[in-house]
Amino acid sequence: MIKRVTFKHKWLPYALLAPQLLITLVFFIWPASQALYYSVLQQDAFGLRVDFVGFDNFAYLFSDPTYLDSFEITIMFSVSVALVSLSFALMLAVMADRVIKGATAYKTLLIWPYAVAPAIAGVLWYFMFNPAVGINAWILRAWFGYDWNHTLNGSDAMLLIVIAAAWKQISYNFLFFLAGLQAIPRSLIEAAAIDGASPLKRFWTIVFPLLSPTTFFLVVVNIVYAFFDTFGTIHATTRGGPYGATNTLVYKVFNDGFIGLDLGGSAAQSVVLMVIVITLTVVQFRYIERRVEY
Amino acid sequence: MAELQISAVEKVYPNGFKAIHGIDLEVADGEFIVLVGPSGCGKSTLLRMIAGLETVTGGTIRIGDRVVNELEPADRDIAMVFQNYALYPHMSVYQNMAYGLRNRGFPKDQIEQRVQKAAGILQLDGLLERRPRQLSGGQRQRVAMGRAIVREPSAFLFDEPLSNLDAKLRVQMRVEIKQLQRRLGTTSVYVTHDQIEAMTMADRLVVMNAGVAEQIGTPIELYDRPSSVFVGGFIGSPAMNFLAGQVDTDGRHLLLVGGVQLALPADGAPAEPNRLVTIGVRPEHLVPTDDGPLRFTVELVEHLGADTLLYGEVAASTGGGVGGGNGDKGGLVTVRLSGHHVMAMGTVLGLAADPAQLHLFDAATGRRL
Amino acid sequence: MVENRPWLTVFSHIVLILGIGVVVLPLWVTIVSSTHAGEDLLTAPIPMWFGDNMVENYRQMLTAGMEHVSGQPLTLMMFNSLVMALTIAIGKIAISLIAAFAICYFQFPLRMACFWMIFITLMLPVEVRILPTYEVIANVFTPLTRLLNLLGMEGTEIALPGFTIDLDFSMLDSYAGLTLPLIASATATFLFRQFFLTVPDELTEAARIDGAGPMKFFRDILLPLSRTNIAALFVILFIYGWNQYLWPLLVTTDPDYVTIVMGIQRMVNVADIEPQWNLVMTAATLAMLPPVAIVIGMQRLFVKGLVETEK
Repeated sequence: MIKRVTFKHKWLPYALLAPQLLITLVFFIWPASQALYYSVLQQDAFGLRVDFVGFDNFAYLFSDPTYLDSFEITIMFSVSVALVSLSFALMLAVMADRVIKGATAYKTLLIWPYAVAPAIAGVLWYFMFNPAVGINAWILRAWFGYDWNHTLNGSDAMLLIVIAAAWKQISYNFLFFLAGLQAIPRSLIEAAAIDGASPLKRFWTIVFPLLSPTTFFLVVVNIVYAFFDTFGTIHATTRGGPYGATNTLVYKVFNDGFIGLDLGGSAAQSVVLMVIVITLTVVQFRYIERRVEY
Repeated sequence: MAELQISAVEKVYPNGFKAIHGIDLEVADGEFIVLVGPSGCGKSTLLRMIAGLETVTGGTIRIGDRVVNELEPADRDIAMVFQNYALYPHMSVYQNMAYGLRNRGFPKDQIEQRVQKAAGILQLDGLLERRPRQLSGGQRQRVAMGRAIVREPSAFLFDEPLSNLDAKLRVQMRVEIKQLQRRLGTTSVYVTHDQIEAMTMADRLVVMNAGVAEQIGTPIELYDRPSSVFVGGFIGSPAMNFLAGQVDTDGRHLLLVGGVQLALPADGAPAEPNRLVTIGVRPEHLVPTDDGPLRFTVELVEHLGADTLLYGEVAASTGGGVGGGNGDKGGLVTVRLSGHHVMAMGTVLGLAADPAQLHLFDAATGRRL
Repeated sequence: MVENRPWLTVFSHIVLILGIGVVVLPLWVTIVSSTHAGEDLLTAPIPMWFGDNMVENYRQMLTAGMEHVSGQPLTLMMFNSLVMALTIAIGKIAISLIAAFAICYFQFPLRMACFWMIFITLMLPVEVRILPTYEVIANVFTPLTRLLNLLGMEGTEIALPGFTIDLDFSMLDSYAGLTLPLIASATATFLFRQFFLTVPDELTEAARIDGAGPMKFFRDILLPLSRTNIAALFVILFIYGWNQYLWPLLVTTDPDYVTIVMGIQRMVNVADIEPQWNLVMTAATLAMLPPVAIVIGMQRLFVKGLVETEK
């Protein structure tokens, strides 16, 4: 936790920590406490009176069908993004682990989406699925007879943001899966081969179980990503529509707070999100302790 | 259990490097063969080729009466014990041992029976539910062997299994492995770089050097009649001493540096006259004699209790013994005396050697004459 | 691999190539579309090969921007993004370095309290504190005023002998507002802390014997050792800063401060008309260029940075 050999100084440590702590206090702790504060208050229409209402805001929230809808949408969205992105990345990582020739070229071509902003990822796929001129929409219509329209069809819109969000995360997941695969000793694979396991069997009985710490870690990271970092993806494309089909929790917080100017409700939503983040972070840190040893 | 036949086997890597240069080896049913040699000599490569983990670029490998060159490792009916045990960390000991049988579709009760039997032989009962990380090094080694035993294969392949154990454990496991193999009667190929392991465990040894099998034979054969300077220097500890010399014109004597003359055996054919030779003589065959032809100055004495080792310079030595090789000038010569002797540094002794215990090798090729 | 199954290797290559196709497709479509004139992109299927309008498009976007979207030239937007990304990356690294140094190498009361306070920030992404943080940016003295209010003091000024301090300072529409709230986060601090813990104690002792004080030790020994970590982190943080979306969206209304990532959505979400896709794609290409170039150019450092920050 701390070095064995330390320095003795009266005020230097405080001075060194000051910038970080100051910013943390002003921009993190204070706003978080404000959110907590406002979540138990209700303002009247003119912002003149402020009443303490206890958990009323929360109760209201959880009985509000639009909020519950949003919750459901967010969960479905995160699970889909995690599943799609992780499976795709795992498959690519397994293949990349096997090939020797061209390994660096493949890797380079697969990691660049990490550098793309979620909002831009959204715009790119938004363009490709544009009902009028998008190339994907055209293929769907011409080859499969499906009329894609994410401005009218809620599931199309959801599919769009799932694809855009999952696409961007592939690189991250790919890199971690690849590292996890390469950490498995070759002799284990060879022993399994001698033990009569076909490549597919080897993957499911040996490789995948040994990859589970990485997989679990990535699931948590992907869920956090889908919950929070995808704001840009949605805001730049579907804006939560059509008719709230892509109204995830984080988008709702922004919408209700900034557009709707509902202080109490938005604060309550923020607090709920805080609880979710804290839970996920705790889970992530706890689990990182347990690693499989070789 | 079957015989193993390696014919003219070669291994050339895609980058052109030739790791194995044509090896021939026939292993009888139930025999314990040890592949021994320094790092990089190709012994592990050869073992892996038998296992099917490396492709064979030349020659054939037969297990039983089948040519196995093109067969997958799983189809060769072999089992392998790895240097780092390669136990599946997420499975219990029982599952580790059962894995191979499960993959082959063995019925549950038969698996149970075989695993329990192997566990009994290896004294692993009580550990069957543990995970590998909860076991000691020796226990892990036994599980690795258990995994091989339950398969009841035609051949066991061992890839330096004892290298990761501490010295005491290594000695103990050495005995256990040998006894186990005797009991089961399975043909075994064992790779090690430790010549003591090789000497004590092998029915027959294969000494390898730079991809070539220098000599194949029983340990005593290799010890008493090494076919090359390499084998002579590799087998036996402390190592064989090497002296440079030339055969006399009459073929019955050896001339060494400084006018030293050693006699060759009186019976038997004379050696080729004037031939340049490297003379090998084991430390225990150098006997201190008052008028011995070699003048030996003691530089270092090691008391082992049962033996005394003397290291020193000899006027005609080429090196060999401690730290020496073929052709080095001025190395140390080793003398082994039975029992405990007090010897002062700087003592000058005369050494003589029984002519029958001199090994002659061609000075240029190192091969036995 | 283990066995001799060449078809498996062929299969692997095929899967990888297909996978790369899926991953690279959007990039291809984007770049290709950015080289066409608007008319080419009005009907599906749009061309899949380069057009000849590239210079035109890029020149227009860089110098004038899109007309009906309060045409900000992209050069301005990219400059803003650059300032933001560099400030955040460099700021975060600097602040975290000294904070980690303090936490690791000094024994002082409140040490653990500070540690946990920094740790908490990991669990508070900007999305969960949007409104209140905005409030603070709008008026930095908000916390102070609130505290004073609690103590019964009203008013928004502090009168000091000679001058008054007006407790109303807005950081909206400024580089400070864009960057400050994002500059203190725990990941960089923890990464450096973890690294510092692996630096041998003997170095510190030797430095002490050589008469170096803490800051000298930091500057002459710790910093050079941290070079690769700093570089790796810089890559990650630059991308993070460049790709910021929600925050710039909130704190900038002045078109002069629009960043390129955030500015694109204005071009896409135009009401009542189809977006000018060729120009949008031009902007998107420009927006992606610097981060992608860094990731590919500094690939090894990037991977290292990724792996290190997630431990």
